[in-house]
Amino acid sequence: MPPAVVLVTGVSRWLGGALAAELAADPAIDRVIGVDTVPPAPEVLRRLGRTEFVRADIRSPLIGKVIESASVDTVVHMNISATPAGAGGRVSMKELNVIGTMQLLAACQRSPQVRRLVLKSTSAVYGASSRDPAVFTETMQARRVPGGGFAKDSLDIESYVRSFARHRPDVGVAVLRFTNLIGPRIDSLLSGFLRMPVVPTALGYDARVQLLHEDDAVAVLRQAAMGDFVGTVNVGAAGTVLLSQAIRRLGRVALPVPEVAMGSLGRLTRRGALVDWSPEQMRFLNFGRVVDTRVLREEFGYRPRYTTGEALADYARTVPPVVDPQLVAEVTGTARSAVGRVAGGITAVQGLLGDRRRAAPPVPGLRAVRDA
Amino acid sequence: MPEARVIPLRPDDEQPTPPQAEPSWDEQLAGGLEFLRRRLTGEYDTDEFGFDPDLTDHVLLPGLRPWFHRWFRVETQGLEHVPDVGGALVVANHSGTVPVDALMATVALHDEHPSARRLRLLGADLVFQVPFIGSLARKLGVTLACNEDAERLLSSGEVVGVFPEGFKGVGKPFHERYTLQRFGRGGFVSAALRTGTPIVPCAIVGAEEIYPMIGNARTAARLLGLPYFPITPTFPLLGPLGAVPLPSKWFIAFGEPIETASYGPAAADDPMTVFNLTDQVRETIQHSLYRLLLQRRSVFS
Repeated sequence: MPPAVVLVTGVSRWLGGALAAELAADPAIDRVIGVDTVPPAPEVLRRLGRTEFVRADIRSPLIGKVIESASVDTVVHMNISATPAGAGGRVSMKELNVIGTMQLLAACQRSPQVRRLVLKSTSAVYGASSRDPAVFTETMQARRVPGGGFAKDSLDIESYVRSFARHRPDVGVAVLRFTNLIGPRIDSLLSGFLRMPVVPTALGYDARVQLLHEDDAVAVLRQAAMGDFVGTVNVGAAGTVLLSQAIRRLGRVALPVPEVAMGSLGRLTRRGALVDWSPEQMRFLNFGRVVDTRVLREEFGYRPRYTTGEALADYARTVPPVVDPQLVAEVTGTARSAVGRVAGGITAVQGLLGDRRRAAPPVPGLRAVRDA
Repeated sequence: MPEARVIPLRPDDEQPTPPQAEPSWDEQLAGGLEFLRRRLTGEYDTDEFGFDPDLTDHVLLPGLRPWFHRWFRVETQGLEHVPDVGGALVVANHSGTVPVDALMATVALHDEHPSARRLRLLGADLVFQVPFIGSLARKLGVTLACNEDAERLLSSGEVVGVFPEGFKGVGKPFHERYTLQRFGRGGFVSAALRTGTPIVPCAIVGAEEIYPMIGNARTAARLLGLPYFPITPTFPLLGPLGAVPLPSKWFIAFGEPIETASYGPAAADDPMTVFNLTDQVRETIQHSLYRLLLQRRSVFS
């Protein structure tokens, strides 16, 4: 049974807006209500279609009234901020993330109409450390529990959602742990990071990166909202790349920075409003993270259309390379043909010099003894 | 006994296969340029463990080969015990202060095994903590020694190499050479049982003598966060020169595989089966170590 009234939080961001637009285009759904603290940008607004926008802070009790009065039956919670600057500092980020989720869950628990909750979580809950197994499945936990920031918030949020699921067993709860999102349109953590012409990396480390294309992300969220999957699922594309490899494929220049200097560099770029990143993302840059997606393919029933490499290539269309791969190919091609010419010249000279330097034909190893 | 040589009487009957020609210098240079182009544009594949076959085949293995052939003159035995296809768990003794034995075993299986098997090593978490070494190890195909990774590799049909002695083996004093240390908690046996892959015991002789560890500077080790800080006759006395390993003669012998499939995956949770198999593997390796030591004439030849 498709949902009648869907509430999407965080609708002013690209992903939330794309999901709301997708749901609004489905005639089976009666109403789509989008909630955010800031109004959506004009280009997002255009796509939203018949989505009703409510400007509300999910930290305020107003959200409860919206859920109650519109008799919302499906809630998609994706208003979780990954970086402090987007939410106006770490304190307000934590408040929006954790307190906001608590308020939303309290409102859902009160309303008897709610029968489905989808949480957009993150694979950052697995942490990133040298003690990590190469691939995380849903049943594994972080080897080193993330100490703060986005990952800690996400862990807290997941635990609140689990407790909500215990209190309301009639509500189907799906927790989606997304890997890093990328694509031509989305404004994600990595898409901003890799758009810089010179990309700082951790000196002596090379992270394994698993990506997910923005279209796949929207499709998974839509299927989670419309379907009946209950439980936790890792959402990521097939395949991985190394961070150095991703930087090279995008034609960026890597700038390896010693670990001790990473913090101050991060503060510098943050202050300069260049890129918004936090210390835990730098830990991620050291070790990376890969998740197992068997549950996504077999139980949830979605196979991402883009692999990690294809998603990266699709994103690469929108970032002009600094180091042009064609230029590299031309330079190495020229060098190769030069080598070929030199080698050809040497062979010709040897030919002119005649047979003097040619080795004698090999002497057969065994010979019959001559008869007397 | 050397086999009698077959000499074709009519050369037309049988075309002898031409010997594998060494690529000429210009072909090698062209290959190098193509490699450079791939590296600069990122057009190569890596797997979820961070293994980079392109870099391994073109830089890391060629860098290790002179050590394998010229310096240690490694002789391999019993390669037929490592299966041509499918998963297998190679369990070996660990020694030599610096884990060179793991690298040489990788070269042995890749270069001398008929199907050029890649040895996927399991390393301690300390390996991945250290900058440069950690990322290079991952590119060589090393991953963390934990059951999750081992089982994932084994069930995808890879040959996994493990050194259950860990730091106890590699950092043991010289006078304890060729005595096996405790074999951890038998995690490797349960990984093999759960995936039903055979265990191939492997004995490495020669690695003990490359850096004879006559002392352990515990204070320096604690300061650097290392499990031990070796003192050898040449290190740190001769400085960087002391980092050159002694050219001992090596033998790497693979023993008969111990099959685990008949126990069933449930046996992985039976401590007695795990202990017994661990002991069996340990005994087998210790015996082949003694056998190889009796065979070798001297440490350096």
